[in-house]
Amino acid sequence: MRRFADIAMAMRLLARDWRAGELTLIAVAVFIAVASVTTVGFFTDRVHQALTRQANQLLGADLVISSNRPLSEQFSVEASRRGLQVSNMLRFPSMAARDMNSVLTEIKAVSSGYPLRGELRIADVTQGVERTAQGIPAPGTVWVDERLLLRLKVQPGDSIVVGRSRLRIASIITHEPDSAIGFINSGPRVLINATDLPATGLVQTGSRIRYRVLVAGDADGVERYRAWVATQLAPGQRVESIHDARPEIRSALERAERFLNLAALLSVVLAAVAIALATRRFLQRHLDASAMLRCHGASRGRVVRLYFWQFIALGTLASAAGSVAGLLAQHALALWLGGLVTVELPGAGPVPAVHGFITGLALLLGFALPPLLALGRVPTLRVLRRDIGAPDGLGVLAYLLGAVVICALIVWRAGELRMGMIVAAGFAGAILISTLMVWGVLAAIARLKVSGVSWRFGIANLRRRRLASVLQVVALGAGIMALLTLTIIRTELLQLWQTSLPRDAPNRFIVNIQTDQIAPLRDFFAEHGMAMPELHPMVRARLVRINERVVAPADYTDERARRLVDREFNLSWATRMQKDNLLLAGDWWDVPESRRDQFSMEEGIARALGVVLGDTLTFDIAGRNVTAAITSLRKVDWDSFNVNFFVVAPPGLLEAYPVSYVSSFYLPPGNAALLNAIVQRFPNFLLIDVAQVMTQVQNLINQVARAVQFVFLFTLAAGLIVLYAAIASTQDERLYQATIMRTLGASRGQLLRANLAEFAVIGALAGVMAAAGANALGAILAQKVINVGYAFSLDTWAVGIACSMAGIVAAGYLGTRRVVAIAPLRVLRDLS
Amino acid sequence: MEVAHLGKQVTTGDSVLTILSDVSFSVASGVAVAVLGASGSGKSTLLGLMAGLDLPTTGTVHIDGHDLFALDEDGRAALRGRLLGFVFQSFNLLPAMTALENVMLPLELANAPDAAGAARLLLERVGLGARMHHYPQQLSGGEQQRVAIARAFVISPALLLADEPTGNLDAATGADIIDLMFELNRERGTTLILVTHDEALSRRCGRSLRLAGGVLQP
Repeated sequence: MRRFADIAMAMRLLARDWRAGELTLIAVAVFIAVASVTTVGFFTDRVHQALTRQANQLLGADLVISSNRPLSEQFSVEASRRGLQVSNMLRFPSMAARDMNSVLTEIKAVSSGYPLRGELRIADVTQGVERTAQGIPAPGTVWVDERLLLRLKVQPGDSIVVGRSRLRIASIITHEPDSAIGFINSGPRVLINATDLPATGLVQTGSRIRYRVLVAGDADGVERYRAWVATQLAPGQRVESIHDARPEIRSALERAERFLNLAALLSVVLAAVAIALATRRFLQRHLDASAMLRCHGASRGRVVRLYFWQFIALGTLASAAGSVAGLLAQHALALWLGGLVTVELPGAGPVPAVHGFITGLALLLGFALPPLLALGRVPTLRVLRRDIGAPDGLGVLAYLLGAVVICALIVWRAGELRMGMIVAAGFAGAILISTLMVWGVLAAIARLKVSGVSWRFGIANLRRRRLASVLQVVALGAGIMALLTLTIIRTELLQLWQTSLPRDAPNRFIVNIQTDQIAPLRDFFAEHGMAMPELHPMVRARLVRINERVVAPADYTDERARRLVDREFNLSWATRMQKDNLLLAGDWWDVPESRRDQFSMEEGIARALGVVLGDTLTFDIAGRNVTAAITSLRKVDWDSFNVNFFVVAPPGLLEAYPVSYVSSFYLPPGNAALLNAIVQRFPNFLLIDVAQVMTQVQNLINQVARAVQFVFLFTLAAGLIVLYAAIASTQDERLYQATIMRTLGASRGQLLRANLAEFAVIGALAGVMAAAGANALGAILAQKVINVGYAFSLDTWAVGIACSMAGIVAAGYLGTRRVVAIAPLRVLRDLS
Repeated sequence: MEVAHLGKQVTTGDSVLTILSDVSFSVASGVAVAVLGASGSGKSTLLGLMAGLDLPTTGTVHIDGHDLFALDEDGRAALRGRLLGFVFQSFNLLPAMTALENVMLPLELANAPDAAGAARLLLERVGLGARMHHYPQQLSGGEQQRVAIARAFVISPALLLADEPTGNLDAATGADIIDLMFELNRERGTTLILVTHDEALSRRCGRSLRLAGGVLQP
């Protein structure tokens, strides 16, 4: 009963405080914090989904199950049962013929629904108008690519023979979303309706058929389905999504995702700073009220309870409003962005709203509880003597709980422990160091002999209010540091993406070059006036042992590792390390007399397999075992699109085994004839076109870059609230003091200058803290988490400090204009 | 009220300052007592101790038979809520609340029924019936002190403690306020302890206590 009475009373007090405007700042801080966390959350969620979906177009689906044997019906049945879209596909090489001509083609038999992601584009005649295909080839017809027309000298409307069937060419395929996946599209494409397949008689035991089940649907549903599939897979069956299929897309998506997470994270930091400042102000303004309540018979516990319920109610309302506002804001944003982002933004899930709500409430209570407990200890004597101030709880220690809450939120929101820990530690370190530094600097500058009464007064103020000043500098510094950190990472990321794909990056791969074809190939390139591209030897091998342990796919939970063990590795050898590789650990074999039995391994694969420097790997190559120790770990820049290998040996270890060569080169657009010439001259070559993948990756990256910019804007908005809250936190005191000074004859100009001098010093100190902290944290995050480079630049210092000073002086001016403009008597009465 | 051997010392740095020394007196219920003294004589400290707002170095205070300092902080708060009313020099109204809400507050804290009704009656009684919904900053000093008096009397306290209630007011307004306090005191049979340095005011009380340098003068 008593509790309900307290809650009812707390609500009455809350309503009164609200009406009187006492709660505006704190409510706005919570509201904006939650709205920005929610918007960024919603937005990153949706952009993430959109990007994944965009990337999935390269796969034609969200998920693909594939096997060399027919796949059990259950995969399709289960997917349909779960409300996911399903389509079946078979791929195999087969001859297609017309009159006396025949050519080896890649047959793709598809069922309705294909492609589930991306679009198939077709034209009716050669060089005709391209359009998006509606559906798949009708029974009895095929769609083919232009290479087939050239090779068989046929036109749309003609019929070709496929197996035992005669099928009419209905359209020309101009764009296939999933053409780039897998290294098997060597021949011209023939797309047929799956219902025509039995009649061709091509599906027989021993046919080289790849069976695929394509699945698409909402992200969660697909993820759950994937988990189910993982438990059902038989040997030889595998499941893949775009992340597994192409390392370069995987890395672009991962970086984008981490950046978006980081942005969401830093908006939490900004929110925390704003809430901490607003809470402090609220509690300071309520010292008298709580002394009064005690004077009228309320016990300590009761005072605490009354404020506690007020905060709960306030936090709940403001957080709920913020979540809703976040939802609306991101809808508006999505509409606005609709014109810029070409992918359709999928609907947002409710999770970000819940996250935002919890974040707001947790931050408010984290920062409010310790000072709240202290409010209960306000000496009642304060009603007689105003000079008896706040209890100790309002000091720096009160922020400990807040700090713990914010660290927990950071780690939670980061989605990955390491990034969370780095950000939390970064900010904790920056706050600690700058608190000490600012404390010292304020003590030191107070001793400076400054000419001009305004400057002297402004600086004296800083020292006199040293705790509040330190708090202001540190809060503003932390806020600006969050923004600068994000700027640094964003710049590095955009730079990386802009420069990662040079105009002449390789866009064609040649696989299966035999040793005796190297010289003819060189001649071929010379004949066509092109430089011979670099060749890389490739030896197919199966990993059989790590140290003395026999390896089996079942040893690994990580799917990539399982697949690696299940499949064949491509080993290579090289004298020098490739330019786009970076040595992370161990030594490369630079010296000619170094051992032959060593491997250099790509670090990601080493991690997936759980091997470290010094472990020995045994590969089975054509029935013989080759054992060597890992002597170095490399980081590979997959974005470069160069040929790269997970495992490389020094010359001398692998030459005795069956070897073929692989190469990549840049083919300028409009040189399709050259490709045909290569294929005709070297029929065994596998020519892989990655141009389309690269275009898609580039598009993807451009869209991520835009998303990144917009998310940044939101973080900036949260930063402005911090600025406002920080200025407001000392406003009462400034008002009071200014009034007394006005009464004593100070001019408005003098007061204004004194205030601005103070803000200039605060801005400079906060700027230095922010620039130093952001550069340190940005460098670590860029290199360790986002995996982009980091270049020290004086710009961030100059921009950080200049913007900080300008912003704080401007905000300070706006915030304290009233201080110098208001009639002194009114202020005295307001504050009495 | 029984005050016995009350003393208060504070330590500042390495020196000990005696603010009150061995103060003893008793006040019968229903009477008005003035505590007189110059600034710094220890008046406000004595008042704070009598209200249990601070702890003494020595001595005891009994109110209505309760040993004030035998109670803990919350016990003293509860006792104040039941028996004591306050009027301060600086009014100490809560700026976020209207006049009516300020007066309702003590009743609300005690979970008394119809706080608003009782508060309205008292505000009418102190002549502020038309200004109930004004905020303190919209009221003059005299009006603010009237609100404070209404707030003090709304719980029908057995003992009213007033600390320089006219200190922030001009002479005419101050006289009105004092009249009002004495009227209410008579109507309700409240014991009044008034801290002041105003000799004229003290003459209106039945009895005067004089403090000098923290010591009660004979």
